[in-house]
Amino acid sequence: MAERTVGWGPRESNTLIGKEIPRLDGAAKASGAAKYAADTNTKGTLFARMLTCKHGHAKIVKLNVEPAKKVKGVKAVHIFNDVDAEIRWDGTLVVAVAAERPEQAEDGVRAIEVEYEVLPHFVDEDDLAGAEKAERTKKLGNQKKGDVEAALKTAKHVHKGHYGINTITHMCMEPHGSHCEWNGDDSLTVTLSTQNVSGTAGQFAGPLGLDASNVEIKCDYIGGGFGSKFAADEWGLACAQLAKQAGRPVRLMLDRATELKIAGNRPSGFVDITIGADADGKIVAWDSHHWGTDGINGSTISTGVMPYVFDFDNRNRSATGIITNCGPKRAWRAPNHPQACAISQTAIDDLAAKMGKDSYDVFMTNLDKTKKPDVYAEEMKIAAKLIDWKAKWHPHGKGGGKGSIKRGLGMAMHTWGGRAHAASTLLKVHPDGTVETFGGSQDIGTGTRTAISITVAETFGIPMSSVKVNIGTNKYPKSGPSGGSTTVGGVTGPNRRAAQNALWKIFDLVAAKYKVDADSLEAKAGNIVSKGKKVCSWKQAASLVGPMALEVTGEGPKADGLTDSGVAGVQMADVSVDTETGKIRIHKFVAVQDCGLIIDELTARSQVYGALIMGIAFALSEERIMDNTSGRFINADLENYKLPRIGDIGNLVVEFYQPDSEYDRGVVGLGEPPVIAPGAAISNAVANAIGVRVPVLPMTPKRVLDALKGGA
Amino acid sequence: MQDREKPNKGAPTVSRRAFLKGSGVAVAATAMATSGQEADAQKKGSKKRVVAASGGKVTLNVNGKDYTITVEPRVTLLDALRDDLGFTGCKDVDDTTTSGADTVIIDGKAVLAGSRLAVECQGKKIQTVESLANGKQVDEVISGFVKHDAMQCGFCTPGFAMATRAFLNKNPKASLKQIRKGLGGNLCRCGTYDGITKCALELAKKGDS
Repeated sequence: MAERTVGWGPRESNTLIGKEIPRLDGAAKASGAAKYAADTNTKGTLFARMLTCKHGHAKIVKLNVEPAKKVKGVKAVHIFNDVDAEIRWDGTLVVAVAAERPEQAEDGVRAIEVEYEVLPHFVDEDDLAGAEKAERTKKLGNQKKGDVEAALKTAKHVHKGHYGINTITHMCMEPHGSHCEWNGDDSLTVTLSTQNVSGTAGQFAGPLGLDASNVEIKCDYIGGGFGSKFAADEWGLACAQLAKQAGRPVRLMLDRATELKIAGNRPSGFVDITIGADADGKIVAWDSHHWGTDGINGSTISTGVMPYVFDFDNRNRSATGIITNCGPKRAWRAPNHPQACAISQTAIDDLAAKMGKDSYDVFMTNLDKTKKPDVYAEEMKIAAKLIDWKAKWHPHGKGGGKGSIKRGLGMAMHTWGGRAHAASTLLKVHPDGTVETFGGSQDIGTGTRTAISITVAETFGIPMSSVKVNIGTNKYPKSGPSGGSTTVGGVTGPNRRAAQNALWKIFDLVAAKYKVDADSLEAKAGNIVSKGKKVCSWKQAASLVGPMALEVTGEGPKADGLTDSGVAGVQMADVSVDTETGKIRIHKFVAVQDCGLIIDELTARSQVYGALIMGIAFALSEERIMDNTSGRFINADLENYKLPRIGDIGNLVVEFYQPDSEYDRGVVGLGEPPVIAPGAAISNAVANAIGVRVPVLPMTPKRVLDALKGGA
Repeated sequence: MQDREKPNKGAPTVSRRAFLKGSGVAVAATAMATSGQEADAQKKGSKKRVVAASGGKVTLNVNGKDYTITVEPRVTLLDALRDDLGFTGCKDVDDTTTSGADTVIIDGKAVLAGSRLAVECQGKKIQTVESLANGKQVDEVISGFVKHDAMQCGFCTPGFAMATRAFLNKNPKASLKQIRKGLGGNLCRCGTYDGITKCALELAKKGDS
């Protein structure tokens, strides 16, 4: 018998993989049938509300929760922080109250007597001098390569610039939270809004004194995560504790303001850069020092990603973290990368302008300093064609245009890993030919169920309707957390492996029964065929497994070609700026992205569209605003924390770079990469339009007008 | 107002007028919520206590069927639909005026359920997203959303589906420009605007033929 090797089939033979397949749970999501943690309301459920501290820095000097306990409907009270506790950022949880109804829980919160001693705070995240004076800085690494000073002396062109990007939050539409229900004293069911179904039980079990085997984590749907929902969190534990106290199920979701204040953010970064190039536009020296904050820990963007994508021969990079009374960071879609891209590829663009060169040419000239020069070059050519770069580009600020409206083009590029996470699957082929798979994964919007179904159906040559995908509980075989663009590779790898192994077992049964060579068999369009001839139907073949289902397990990732890591990606923006109002409009935004083998082009495309829109958000409008006087996060609501709406995004063009060389790599993660470059691409387009740099993102109308005043 | 500080001893069955009076209590209570927790505010606010009105019967007509529930006058339509009646397609993002995730159609008009009290919706025809799907029979907005993948996490999606339904009912031949404006009341964080636009545009073109 020939050796059987796991792998993807020939590209041209696929009937499902790589096609545009609507997601399986689409109708359930759109029609409201899909139930989230926030929708969970089993019989007797109580509703929790929280008292939070609204000072940036304070000490609790008095806390009396007794009045809350007397409020009508209140059944349980949990204290997060008691008297003498030091509160170190706005929004810190103090007390949770569970009651028969949400409004009664609110009454309970209002009845609590609390007094604070307000302490000095520091929340000014771009004020490096002030932070140093206040002794709130941390030196975070100073890495040197080559001889920057010597290279700058010989450089033909030298540019010095300052750039920055403010803190943003995750702003999940479904806030963090859970529904907790005890089954007796020693067993807990948590319906959790989580990106980490298989990895959270222990975080409940340990602190609650339970066996991990007695904690079930359920999550059929999650209303946004973006890197912020990997943990049980103190409020998850509080929900379980309230439920225990009351002897009733409890649902606890963070309120909107608290969600923004304490449930994660993406650190800010501000940089001073000196960059030098030779007469040909080859960058010969890079010197950068950046600073910013991730809250009380005093960290900022990793130095390891500076300068972004490119690594020059002579390069110094250092960073200083600022310790602030701001909520703590969490992983935010492509941690470190969007900020690093925004504060370093803008400098490259300004250097190009200083040289009097087209920034496209300067990026192209320096591609040898990237890890994927050939892919970037191809993607740049495709993107340039799609946005008509050669015809539309003009030197910065020299585009003319009607009246106050100035138009410009900008580009940027990114990189990401996206290796499949560790996962297992249990696959059952039932004697009637239907197939079931089980995995403790989750769908953060990726289309996890759909990707698994496509993989299994393609392998067996059966319709997707014959495959039942079971995810969403830690009682199934473990699956990795959905973070870092690891999920589609993580779940399709083990399922392909399991399905191929199951199919080979069935081929052996078919070969024995029908007296054919097992090696000649293929599963196609509901039949088992040999050399183009039908041997039996899939159902007949499946029935050979006996009265019980054939069970096969699959694991991953393995070095068998199903998955890989490492992508490039190029984006180009066409924008106009109204120099009277400072308002920026996106006309066209092109993303060219490689990601190996694409399982479902429809949902893959959605990932890129979504990333571009998130990118437009942090490029133009979205930021956390801390008030230096009060130490508060003053725009912690959906009205003043500005996100783009359906009319604000312009014409988005998504193009996958997918030659056979990409297909042959197997699946590579896609979620993070396209969200990285928009900040720099749009900033560069704005600089091209108006001839001055708007140094800090988001480029709000005020910042645009300030830049125009300063640059005039 | 004197009566704001008194307990409202409402009878089990309360008139609409008494209910609205009760909702005044709710407004006062809500206003206190933002500052009442803090020590200095407590000093200024004296010892006066705000007490909630008791619950009364409210009848809501949802998707063509009458439901009678007992809720306090301050309970929003959003909470009544979700927590009392189980219509959880109407999503709670805890921001009642900005996101549109709680969009329902009341007497033909798109309305944010979080911005209405349950009591003021009595006698009106309330349509939730659940009305757009009946088993495998789904409204063309739902099938259009699926076809164009107008969703990712899906949490804002039912609200967008309702906004799209209400918008197309009024503008069956809408242009792209009108769609971009008309659906501007809803927010999506995953960034699904492209699919939503394509769905609305396709249905509007159908309406145009």
